Amino acid sequence: MTDAHLSLTGFDMAGLDRAPTRAEPRVRYQSRTQTALEQGRARLIVTAALFSIAFGAVGLKLVDATVLSQGAEPQATTAATAKPPQAGRADIVDRNGVLLATSLSTQSLYADPKLVIDPVEAVQKLSKVLPDLNGEALLAELRTPKRFVWVRRNLTPRQQYEINRLGIPGFAFQREERRVYPQGSLVAHVVGFSGVDNNGLMGIEQRYDQRLRSGEGPLRLSVDVRLQHVLRKEIGAAIEEFRAIGGAGMIMDVRTGELLAMVSLPDFDPHNPPPPQQEQDTDPRFNRNTLGVYEMGSTFKIFNTAMALESGRVRLHDSFDATKPIRIGRHMISDFKPEARWMDVVDIFKHSSNIGSVRMAAEVGPAGQRDFMAKLGFTRPVSLELPELGWPMIPNPWREVNMMTISFGHGMSVSPVHLVAATAGMVNGGILRQPTLLKREKGDEVPGTRVISEKTSDVVRKLMRTVVMDGTATRADAAGYVVGGKTGTAEKVKGRAYSGSYRISSFVGAFPMHDPRYVVYVMVDEPKGNKQTFGYATGGWVAAPAIGRIVAQAGPILGVRPVDANAPEIVHALAINPQQSAPGPQLASFPGGQR
Amino acid sequence: MMTFARTDHSILGRWWWTVDRWTLAAVILIAMIGVVLIQAASPAVAERIGLSTFHFIERHLMMLLPALGIMMGVSLLSPRGVRRLAILLLLGSIGGIALTLIVGVEIKGATRWLHLPGLSLQPSEFVKPAFAVVAAWLFALHRNQEGFPGIPIVCGLYLLIVSLLLMQPDLGQTFLLTAVFAGQFFLAGLPILLVAVLVVLGISGLVAAYFALPHVQSRIDRFLDPGSGDNYQVARAMDAFQNGGLWGTGPGQGTVKMSIPDSHADFIFAVAGEELGLIWCLAIAALFAFVVIRSFGRAFNEQSLFALLAASGLVMQFGLQALINMGSTLHLVPTKGMTLPFISYGGSSLLALGIGMGMLLALTRRRVGPGEPL
Repeated sequence: MTDAHLSLTGFDMAGLDRAPTRAEPRVRYQSRTQTALEQGRARLIVTAALFSIAFGAVGLKLVDATVLSQGAEPQATTAATAKPPQAGRADIVDRNGVLLATSLSTQSLYADPKLVIDPVEAVQKLSKVLPDLNGEALLAELRTPKRFVWVRRNLTPRQQYEINRLGIPGFAFQREERRVYPQGSLVAHVVGFSGVDNNGLMGIEQRYDQRLRSGEGPLRLSVDVRLQHVLRKEIGAAIEEFRAIGGAGMIMDVRTGELLAMVSLPDFDPHNPPPPQQEQDTDPRFNRNTLGVYEMGSTFKIFNTAMALESGRVRLHDSFDATKPIRIGRHMISDFKPEARWMDVVDIFKHSSNIGSVRMAAEVGPAGQRDFMAKLGFTRPVSLELPELGWPMIPNPWREVNMMTISFGHGMSVSPVHLVAATAGMVNGGILRQPTLLKREKGDEVPGTRVISEKTSDVVRKLMRTVVMDGTATRADAAGYVVGGKTGTAEKVKGRAYSGSYRISSFVGAFPMHDPRYVVYVMVDEPKGNKQTFGYATGGWVAAPAIGRIVAQAGPILGVRPVDANAPEIVHALAINPQQSAPGPQLASFPGGQR
Repeated sequence: MMTFARTDHSILGRWWWTVDRWTLAAVILIAMIGVVLIQAASPAVAERIGLSTFHFIERHLMMLLPALGIMMGVSLLSPRGVRRLAILLLLGSIGGIALTLIVGVEIKGATRWLHLPGLSLQPSEFVKPAFAVVAAWLFALHRNQEGFPGIPIVCGLYLLIVSLLLMQPDLGQTFLLTAVFAGQFFLAGLPILLVAVLVVLGISGLVAAYFALPHVQSRIDRFLDPGSGDNYQVARAMDAFQNGGLWGTGPGQGTVKMSIPDSHADFIFAVAGEELGLIWCLAIAALFAFVVIRSFGRAFNEQSLFALLAASGLVMQFGLQALINMGSTLHLVPTKGMTLPFISYGGSSLLALGIGMGMLLALTRRRVGPGEPL
């Protein structure tokens, strides 16, 4: 700028506020510069004020941070919010809160091969602590350019300490969770097991995988480990005594459908589950109770009798001709221990007459029988909280010959848990309830469907008691617990034909029979008779004694008060109407003309 | 201290009598405090990252002395010289930033550095003072010469630089550059309505950055809710201030500083808090405030719009950088990597500040009249 401009600037200072006009270009130019400068100065004051305030704020905060917060606790350092660690897998407990499955935090050893200086020395040292280590394989892995190699999962604290003490570079520990089953193999088939990555692979662990991961509290099952122990011990004893290949058993509360015990033998250690096998009979992982489906044999006569009585076409003291075997097509139906006489319903049941059962079923017919079996749930898998559920095998079409064999428990296969649930429905007043492995709380509504009338149920109970009092299963009684039940001996299909020497011997019972609370079931797979049993391996000889021993031990655990079985009120409650009993066969009527 | 006779009309003599000696003294004092603090803070950092104990101190002095020398040298320039220097520097640094995108080395997720033999340069540091001066020139031209499209040019230039910076990416420098540019625009007579619009735009820009850029979002979340994530440095910094109290633990005596990773750079103010205490921290803040307010005062008295705008731009940059650094160390604002002028370790930053303050001192020298014509 020149001096001339300067003087004009001075001149124009006075007229600063005057709006510049286009008419005065020279003055406007000066005014324009000056206006801009003045505006800049005014706004500079604002800016400077803002800066002063900011510096003031820094000063105040400084005082606050140094002096005013003096003596305060040092700030806790908060860790960065990472993905929250997966909440531990929930425990599984029995009905009384006893741990069945829990999660322990363990350490696993891994290596970063890039950081391992001397793989040979490392493997050598590690082998001293982990003698079963596959040194060759590890050495090969350590020589790969990988950055992560598992060496051993879930070390014991001692192993971890020892490995730490070796101080080999490149090896480190990773915290992991290991599923532990404090009851070992006791409830293996129910609880199942989890894999190394904590995902359920069997049983409740698999069925409730999501629930167990979700971080909710422990999952409470209906089973009682004390009853589980009793059941497992006695079935094991029976298997040993009769050199059987396996066995199974259950105890069910008939009022709630809760399974208080469920044992399948052979079983396995859930910490180290065996690989599954093709042959289900010898597979320790195979749950005979739920996945196995079997022809049940004579235990089915409970349902056959109930069906016949419920239909109204058969009365308790109707007699049927069981004098000689029935021939149908190329089949021959005969009795195991032929009475070869006319028998009423009570005798047929007590002596387990196949012929009599066929005659009773004939009164109802194939369609009626099929409907009744469907009503009992025998045509579909049970609804139980396990992934391992077997489909029943039912005849299709349901012909007369099927009706005949089904009447005594052949020609149709269901799982033992089907049988137990249906038996509970027979003795509890006629209500079929879904079996469950989860504990029902007191007061829970237990839904059920009526399958037979209370009257029929009453008769079935009395009949089951007679089997134990003076029928095929006298060994099943347990003093004071008024056991009733039905034996079953089914021939197994080996290859393509029934085999006389391979059978399943079972007993399904309930107690106390005057007011049934529990159903107990035992089956022994392929028992072989011995001297004590005079070579017999039937349900009455094999399973019934086990039931007797089980009830004698389970009764006190369950809090069932023992009674005097000969007390008048008990005898009266279980007596089959004496006025109508023991009519001669010649007095009987033969509706339907089945001769 | 050397003195010059009032009648000495040599270049240095004129300089001595016209330069803002108080600001100069304040800057040198700040730099001296910085040396003490680097001395205290950096050995721990150096040892942690495996360098020799005095690595950072040596490097700091190696850069600080030239920076102060450059400051002196530049302050000798006339406003026209300043402008020419700024134009050259601006062209050079824009080229440099563009070059980082091609040959730059990626450090911590951003390519900001040019490796030259002997030193690494961060061109984005130099673009700030250069752009402040060039923008001031263009604003002044726009206001003073009818028909000169200064504002469109400066806006275009701004967009170019900002897009280059965002490609690196360097949000801290972008923010500082934008803030200074907005401040200069404001001073240059931006209509109040537009100021309001720009404030709204700026806020929405920040909001957009919050939602579009995850690391900005996490920074701000962590500022608003310290419990929400990793605010380790800030938490330790607050511990350091608390440990320091009124008088501090004494130089070299701090312990909390050991656990602050960036104690020699962005968090050096916390070291000051711990070792020198409140009194000295207030003194440091006051020194910065003094430089800023005094320079604003000098700028206020400028007779040329260019000098006013350029000086205020430079001082705003200096002041904002100090404020943001101290503010984030004190948990007043979200953490943003920014050096504390003349105190923090950092070669490029020191050199650029030396140039910037040199230009400021040159522009605020007492002159008769409005200075040279533009």
